[in-house]
Amino acid sequence: MVLVLVDHENGEIDEASLQTVTYGRELATAAGEPLEALVVGDAGVAGELGAHGVATVHVAVHDAFTSFAPVAAARAASEVASRTGASVVLAAGSPRGNEVMAHLGALTDLPVAADCVTVTPGSPTQVVRARWGGSLIEEANLHGSPALVTLVPHTVAAEPGGSGAGEVAKFTPELADADLLVVAKQAEAADESSGVSLADAKVVVSGGRGVGSAEGFAPLEELAELLGGTIGCSRVVTGNGWRPHTEQVGQTGTKIAPDLYIACGISGATQHIAGCRNSKTMIVINTDPEAAIMGYADYAIIGDVGKVLPAIIEETRKAKAG
Amino acid sequence: MDVLVCIKRVPLSGGKFTITEDGLDIESAKLGFTISPHEEVAVEEAVRIAEKEGGSVTVLTLGPPDAEEQIREQMAIGADRGILIETDGQEWDPQGTASAIADAINADETDFDLIIMGNESADASGYQVGIRVAHKLGRPIATGVKGITIADGKATFERPVKTGRELYEMPLPAVVTVLDGLNIPRYPSVPGRIRAKKKPIERLNPERPQPKLEKTRLEVPAMKAKQAQVLGNGPDAAPAVVEIFKQIGVI
Repeated sequence: MVLVLVDHENGEIDEASLQTVTYGRELATAAGEPLEALVVGDAGVAGELGAHGVATVHVAVHDAFTSFAPVAAARAASEVASRTGASVVLAAGSPRGNEVMAHLGALTDLPVAADCVTVTPGSPTQVVRARWGGSLIEEANLHGSPALVTLVPHTVAAEPGGSGAGEVAKFTPELADADLLVVAKQAEAADESSGVSLADAKVVVSGGRGVGSAEGFAPLEELAELLGGTIGCSRVVTGNGWRPHTEQVGQTGTKIAPDLYIACGISGATQHIAGCRNSKTMIVINTDPEAAIMGYADYAIIGDVGKVLPAIIEETRKAKAG
Repeated sequence: MDVLVCIKRVPLSGGKFTITEDGLDIESAKLGFTISPHEEVAVEEAVRIAEKEGGSVTVLTLGPPDAEEQIREQMAIGADRGILIETDGQEWDPQGTASAIADAINADETDFDLIIMGNESADASGYQVGIRVAHKLGRPIATGVKGITIADGKATFERPVKTGRELYEMPLPAVVTVLDGLNIPRYPSVPGRIRAKKKPIERLNPERPQPKLEKTRLEVPAMKAKQAQVLGNGPDAAPAVVEIFKQIGVI
C-alpha cells in the first residue's frame, strides 16, 4: 500500500500534496496496490482526495490539530503506516512535508530520502533526488521499509483520476506530551503592502556584486518599475546589507521562474543559479564575457551595469511612449 | 547560555560542478571549501546570543580532517571551541551523521542550552539531521527559523510561511534549524583570526555506519546547453535589449 501524507491549510489541500498524491497513484497502480492518504485534522477534503484516486483517507482527529504540530503529525503517520503495513510513505518536498517526514524517520529509525524526482519501490527502493538545490542529481538506494520519501514539488502535475472511493477512516492517535511541545502558536497574515512578490513576479531585475553599492540599485528599481517587475539580488548583496534578504534569489533565498530575469553584475555562482535557472528568458549585463552565468542566459550585454542600464531605461521609455 | 552550532564543509563552486570518474563525488581538487549560508547565520546568531547572555559557543562538524579550516573560520568570528568528528572523506548518511553528532553532544562535558543547525546542508540537502539529533537527545526542535528570541529559559522561534509567520515557543534546552537571512554575518577581524589559531579543537573518530540512504551515483542534470547570445557592448546595445522586451511581451 502507498500512503501519502497530505498537507492542508484550513481545508484547502496544498498543491504540492496533490501532486504527490498523483505520483503516489502511479506507484500504487503499477504495484497493483491501494492508494491511501493521511490527513491531520478533520479538514473535509476526503471527497477531493477520492477524486484523485485515494481509496481510504485516514483522518487523524485530536484537540492538538487546530494548528500545525509536526511531531504529533508524524506520530499519527507512524501509527497509520504501521497499522496498514504501508510499503511506501510519500509527502511533498515542501518545508512542512520534509519536516514531518524527518520526524517520522526519527520516530521509526528509518532512512528518509528527501527531494526525490523518481521513486522505484523495491528492496532496496531506488530513488533519484536533487542535491545542491537541483544543481546536481543523485541516484541512491534507500534501505528501509516502509520507504520514506518526499517529492520535489512539480515532479508531476496534480491530476484527478483512478477509482478511489475516498472512504474516511477517522482515528485519534496516541500522543505523548513531548509530541505536543512543538506547535505553531500563532500565524500572522503576510505583509501585502510591498507590491509584486518576488516569487510571483513576471519580471525580475536582479543585481549582484557588479552593482557596486546600495545606491547602485536605483536604476534597477527604475527599470523594474517600467517593466512591471520587482527587484532581486544575489547573496553578496544581502551579505553587504545593500538589500534585504527577502529579495535574495538562490538556493538559500527564493527560487523563482519569471518570464524575464535580468541579471545585472551577477557572476552566476551555483547558489544563485539554483534559484533562477527556471527563468523563461534570461538577459545578463556583465563586464566579464566569461562569467559562469553566460552558460545559463539567453542574451548578454557586455558592459558596466551603471552605464548600460540608463541607456536601456531611456530606450524602454521611448518604446513605451510609442 | 552554552550554544552548539553544527556546520558542514562543502566545496565552493563558482559555476558548474564536475563529477569524479567513479561518479560518486564532486571533483574538488581545484575548488575551495565553505559552509552553507544557513550555517553562517547559525554561527553568527550563536555568537550574538553568547555576547548578550554570556556563555560559550562551540562549533561541531563531521567531516575530513581538513574541515578544521571551516571550524577555525568560525572561531575567527567568535566561536570558542571546536569538535571535529573525523571521517576518511567518505560521506555519512543522515542517520549516521545524526547519531555521531548526538553521541558527541552526550559525551561532552558542556550541557548545551541551545543547538543550532542549518535547515538543510548545501550539498546533500536531506532536511533531517537536526530533527534526528533532537529526537536522540529528547529535546524539542523548530525548523526553518528566521528569528530567535531567548528569555526566561524559553525560546521563541519565528518561522516564515506562505501566509505570514508562525511562532514556536519551547523550553530550553532545545534544537533549532535556521535559514539564511536570520541575520547578516560579520566578517572575521584580523585579531579574531589570530585568536582562532589558538582555540581548542577536540577530535573524535567514530566508525562510519553502513549507510541506509546509500548514494550510488551523482550527475550534472542535462540542461539545454545555453550560451548567451551577445547583443552588444555597453550602452549601444540598449535598442537590441528593448527589441527583446517587445518580443517576449514585457512592454
